[in-house]
Amino acid sequence: MKGQALAIALVISSGIATFVMSISTLDSLRYTQAAYYNNYRFAEVFISLKRAPESLKGSVAAIPGVQRVATRVKAAVTIDIDKFPDPVTGLLISIPDKGEPLLNGLYLREGRLVESGRDNEVLVNDAFARVHGLSPGDKLHVTVNGKRKALTIVGIALTPEYIYQIQPGSMLPDFERYGILWMGRTPFGAAYDMEGAFNDLALTLAPGAEIKDVIDALDTIMRPYGGLGAYGRKDQVSNRYLSEEFRMLGKMATIFPVIFLGVSAFLLNVFVSRLISTQREVIAVLKAFGYSNLAIGLHYLKLVLLIVLLGTVGGVLAGIRLGQGLSRMYMDFYRFPFIEYVLSPYVVGAAVIVSAAAAVGGTILALRRAALLPPAEAMRPEPPVSYRETIIERLGLKGFFSQPGRMIIRHIERRPLKSLLTITGIAFSCAIMMAGTFFGDAVDYMIDVQFGLSQREDISLTFIEPTSGKAVHELQSLRGVDYVEAYRSVPVRLRYRHHEYRTAIEGVEPDGDLQRLLDTSLKPIELPPAGIVMTDYLGKILGAGPGDILTVEVLEGSRPTLQVPVAALVSQYIGVSAYMQLSALNRLMREGSAISGLYLATDSRYKNDIYESIKKMPRVAGTIARKDAIKNFYVTMGKQILVFAFYMSIFAATIAFGVVYNSARIALSERSRELASLRVLGFTRGEISFILLGELALLTLVAIPLGFVIGRILCAYMINSLQTDLFRIPLVLDAGTYALAATVVLVSACISALIVRRKLDNLDLVAVLKIKE
Amino acid sequence: MSTRETTTREDQNSKVFEARGITKVYEMGEVQVQALRGVDLDLYSGELVVLLGASGSGKSTLLNILGGLDTATSGHVTYHGKDLTEATERELTSYRRSHIGFVFQFYNLIPSLTARENVSVVTEIAAEPMRPEEALAIVGLGDRVNHFPAQLSGGEQQRVAIARAIAKNPAVLLCDEPTGALDSATGLLVLNALERVNRELGTTTVVITHNAVIADMADRVIHLSDGLITEITSNQDKKTPSQLQW
Repeated sequence: MKGQALAIALVISSGIATFVMSISTLDSLRYTQAAYYNNYRFAEVFISLKRAPESLKGSVAAIPGVQRVATRVKAAVTIDIDKFPDPVTGLLISIPDKGEPLLNGLYLREGRLVESGRDNEVLVNDAFARVHGLSPGDKLHVTVNGKRKALTIVGIALTPEYIYQIQPGSMLPDFERYGILWMGRTPFGAAYDMEGAFNDLALTLAPGAEIKDVIDALDTIMRPYGGLGAYGRKDQVSNRYLSEEFRMLGKMATIFPVIFLGVSAFLLNVFVSRLISTQREVIAVLKAFGYSNLAIGLHYLKLVLLIVLLGTVGGVLAGIRLGQGLSRMYMDFYRFPFIEYVLSPYVVGAAVIVSAAAAVGGTILALRRAALLPPAEAMRPEPPVSYRETIIERLGLKGFFSQPGRMIIRHIERRPLKSLLTITGIAFSCAIMMAGTFFGDAVDYMIDVQFGLSQREDISLTFIEPTSGKAVHELQSLRGVDYVEAYRSVPVRLRYRHHEYRTAIEGVEPDGDLQRLLDTSLKPIELPPAGIVMTDYLGKILGAGPGDILTVEVLEGSRPTLQVPVAALVSQYIGVSAYMQLSALNRLMREGSAISGLYLATDSRYKNDIYESIKKMPRVAGTIARKDAIKNFYVTMGKQILVFAFYMSIFAATIAFGVVYNSARIALSERSRELASLRVLGFTRGEISFILLGELALLTLVAIPLGFVIGRILCAYMINSLQTDLFRIPLVLDAGTYALAATVVLVSACISALIVRRKLDNLDLVAVLKIKE
Repeated sequence: MSTRETTTREDQNSKVFEARGITKVYEMGEVQVQALRGVDLDLYSGELVVLLGASGSGKSTLLNILGGLDTATSGHVTYHGKDLTEATERELTSYRRSHIGFVFQFYNLIPSLTARENVSVVTEIAAEPMRPEEALAIVGLGDRVNHFPAQLSGGEQQRVAIARAIAKNPAVLLCDEPTGALDSATGLLVLNALERVNRELGTTTVVITHNAVIADMADRVIHLSDGLITEITSNQDKKTPSQLQW
């Protein structure tokens, strides 16, 4: 009884710990994000443009609903770092010559802000500084506007604007090859020809302001100045990524704990009903003495609540600890300057209520059964329970079973519901295990498809501005470059009916070998000569399919608004892109052979030479090596999911053990009399163990395949709810996932079996003969 | 041992059990309960012995020690010369399996098995068993072989238990209050079955009871009180169960 109560408390603990850990971590992250945004004055509307006079600021401030306006200068730069051969690019942002930025404030981790009158001071963002081991006093060489400049780092900073720093042309953050730098407005303006002008603007909204109206007004004002389309926080890259991630975490943080609490509630329920039915006689005696049903009920309720309390306290404490650990990990991961660990009382309350409700529910049901019996009847031994031959035996397979074999199958068949519940419990733990571990395989598969079949270039580079197609030849002639493909990327807002989505149309070469589009069976498809090809995910967002006409609002150049049909949908696991043939896109944009960047297939032996050459090209804004992109994926996206999944697996194993152990213990208490009788008749310990554990083994073996099915459904459900703009994990379950889940269940079963076997060995043969049923 | 007794044993002088100086102390928390206080006893092949005593007199403890279910605190018990007090757990299991048949007050049948299967459970692991149907016929249940315990009356269940006990052709049949949970008419049916087994198969039979009437059907009656044998009497003219009445 003690062991059983402990096992149940453990399962409750696991359920509650998962719940508390997940929800509190999520709450903390959201709270911290909000506080960070608020304390560091994260802007609400953003726009980049070619160049506008500072005097325009007044017109923007006059837009109804605008609260504060900050103008800035931003420039893509290349950065030279000693002993780091890869091309490093960055974004240089102006800050006031003196004092804090009005919006998008900086949290100084080290050093200080720039001082006015000095033109060689720069701040770098924390993540970048950390990977390169940079600290105040170190020097950097930055190429701004074709001019190489030596700068001294004076501070290391963080900003809510670039929690995620993603370089142009990439879908994933890269803290190593992309940095954010800040420089005083005056020296920066001088170096970049932006004196008295700005090319970027951010603003906050007055309470109650309609963001769409502000965006429209801002677009109108900025159109003559080469405005690239204003956008809100929703479309701000860093914030979007963060929100998507929080949304994903939120899903995981609810799916798992709900299952866990469900399973632990189920176990508790089974345990309580069983406990009370073994106490039938005691209850009868108490009733005979005149105790009311209520008083007896309260007595058992107290016992049950004690177990719940034990489990809850343990679970909440473990949950808080794990939640704090996880929050700190995320703080580090997201580079939050601080983390505010929040544990709302409602989280604890909800956990307690669910567990207590399950326990009380189970107790009441079981007590009702016990209370219905008149005391005299309850004190008489229970009549032998009725059994009959099972279907299997009636089918003529009777001779196939020995007597112990028959005992097993008849016992299972006599209480099909109970057996089913046991099977379900074990199956669920198997399923949770799968859901906790399949991500690894699925992510591997996703990477294989994305970077093996679709994005096959070794290096991709992006130009600062659309460039003539001649650049292809320039790169083609480099030693070690085997093959070059050009692409054009045009930022657009796609509209279909009332749906819209801000993304880019990628113009790629139709029979390209490096950048290929895949159909649902992963076969490369040929790009149609006209029309847009979209990822199926984007199709879903817009509610559009082949044949539908999209309104394409181009966000650069003369910003035309065009009507373009959807030619086809393709499947893609990463990103939300739209594609066209390069030439078709050029025609649509009424431009010559303009390209935004290049895909290179290279000979890895010449990698550093190629990098050297690329670094010397002033027009290159960013370079991504496929290998680094893959690594980044694992470091960023992969990590949080995998860590979360790892915690889940541990809890799943606990649950597996809890379910199996409890089933075994219940079976033992139900059948100890029978088994002791057999021992008396001369059955060995091994022989009676076979009867008891054989049943458990049979149930476990049936449960595992069922667990596989439930696990698959669970994984599919999770994948479906974890779909984001960033990536969609495919439902790929490899044999290892199944094997691991089955192994954990089997090992739990074996450990339970060993413990129960020890109990069987110590069965009191004499006592059991004297006890009535 | 009285001379009276030895004369009745003339033709059955093969000694099955020999117990000397058996004591049994149970530790019940901090209290020690002395269940047996030095019992000497011999049991002979083929006899039907009734152990008579009030509850708490130690008769069940004695039976359990003879049956290898429990071990004595001190003293020695031999079965056909083999010392049971020295036996390991494994040896005791094998001893029960091969030589002893048990019948209990609460039958202890396996509810998930039919009458026949309850018997088969034992015959499947025995060396030279009789057929389960045969054993059931001896106890008068030849027509109930396919019934489950829940479909049988108490007396019928107890007779299945007897059939189960005798089906392996044990040398000894140990019965602990076999009629304790039954009304007298049903009890007599059970006693009939036991008497028939003893008579026809020659199985040494020990019956525990606190019902003095039953003692009349025994060859010998061993009276226990407070952990000691107070008297051993032999019935010169033992009665058949049908002559008993209570």
